[in-house]
Amino acid sequence: MLQTPSQTVGPYFAYGLTPEQYLYDFKSLVGNQLVNPLDEPEAITISGQVYDGNGNLIPDAMIEVWDAYNRRFGRFGTGTDAQNRFVFHTVKPGSVDGQAPHLSVIVFMRGQLIHAYTRLYFSDEAAANAQDTVLNQVPAERRSTLIARQTGGGYVFDIHMQGEYETVFFDI
Amino acid sequence: MSQLVYNAFDRDVHPPYLSPDYKSTVLRAPSKPLVVIKHSLSELTGPVFGDIHLGALDHDLTKNARKNGEPLGERIVVHGYVYDENGRTIPNTLVEIWQANAAGRYVHKVDQHDAPLDPNFLGTGRVMTDANGYYKFYTIKPGAYPWGNHYNAWRPNHIHFSLFGPNITTRLVTQMYFPGDPLLQYDPIFLGVPPKGRDLLISGFDLGITEPDFALGYRFDFVLRGQKATPFETV
Repeated sequence: MLQTPSQTVGPYFAYGLTPEQYLYDFKSLVGNQLVNPLDEPEAITISGQVYDGNGNLIPDAMIEVWDAYNRRFGRFGTGTDAQNRFVFHTVKPGSVDGQAPHLSVIVFMRGQLIHAYTRLYFSDEAAANAQDTVLNQVPAERRSTLIARQTGGGYVFDIHMQGEYETVFFDI
Repeated sequence: MSQLVYNAFDRDVHPPYLSPDYKSTVLRAPSKPLVVIKHSLSELTGPVFGDIHLGALDHDLTKNARKNGEPLGERIVVHGYVYDENGRTIPNTLVEIWQANAAGRYVHKVDQHDAPLDPNFLGTGRVMTDANGYYKFYTIKPGAYPWGNHYNAWRPNHIHFSLFGPNITTRLVTQMYFPGDPLLQYDPIFLGVPPKGRDLLISGFDLGITEPDFALGYRFDFVLRGQKATPFETV
């Protein structure tokens, strides 16, 4: 059988896929708390912005993250924060299949007919990152696009669809 | 020896990132080649929603947002199976649904189309496939609506879907269209799909599931990426 073709998530996904975040009267199945930060002492906050080829912020992207170590999933749209950030509360994952700690990231937006896969690694895991098979497949000058920067309160991971800092996307 | 691996996206049926007639792709399509990676457990696992209890009316968009009456428009019932490429049905997988109302208006705050909202219709729902990979839901046939891509651009009637399948490689977001829609031939989102894939996005009218005196029926099957056996690499 032939695969069903992908189509864009479009501009109006919010009340269907992220209803509570956008204050629609429908229960969300998933949100941006992979863990509850009030209950989890190891909780970290990951945030970021999504940029188009002109360097403008994308206010209608939907980001999904998958932590294969803890088997946790999150989803958040960039349309509710004043700076169009996505935000996730989680813990840093352990190593899966001998890889450096990372989250799988799926990017959806209007203007994208098929979703894009990337990965989020952590800047304070330099030794593990240096040994990571996937990171080592990426040209050295582009690896930094996959590494979330540790800041005071957590990690920042911006996604650039195009341009000098274009994020590495994977064919998985 | 062999092992099962998941097939790649079939680029003969999936749309490319850059599809310039759909103008928003121009600044949002990745411009550099994708990096091909081998599947690890990171790719071969994914969220499982089998234990989530859906709301009693999640599968009935004609009832799940009523305030003071029935939603306006043509009631329809949509059903089908979720398969993998090898024709195996996928049980207990989540199907999320969202759409415009009968007048072609989305509840979404960004939608400024001058068509009425329906106080009794939200336009979102979800179903879980059963043990046989089968799903069915009730809704209102969505209307066409104009959009800003080009002069006199109108989206054909469509319903949006989000599916997961067994892992993150099988993730699919797509749109289902209706047979005979004259707008399909002008729609750059539909036409972004290569010719070989287009018919796969058009539902079939189904008299067999049509409910007398109640709702017209449509059949739409999904096919997610499947597995194939490949020779096991030995050193």
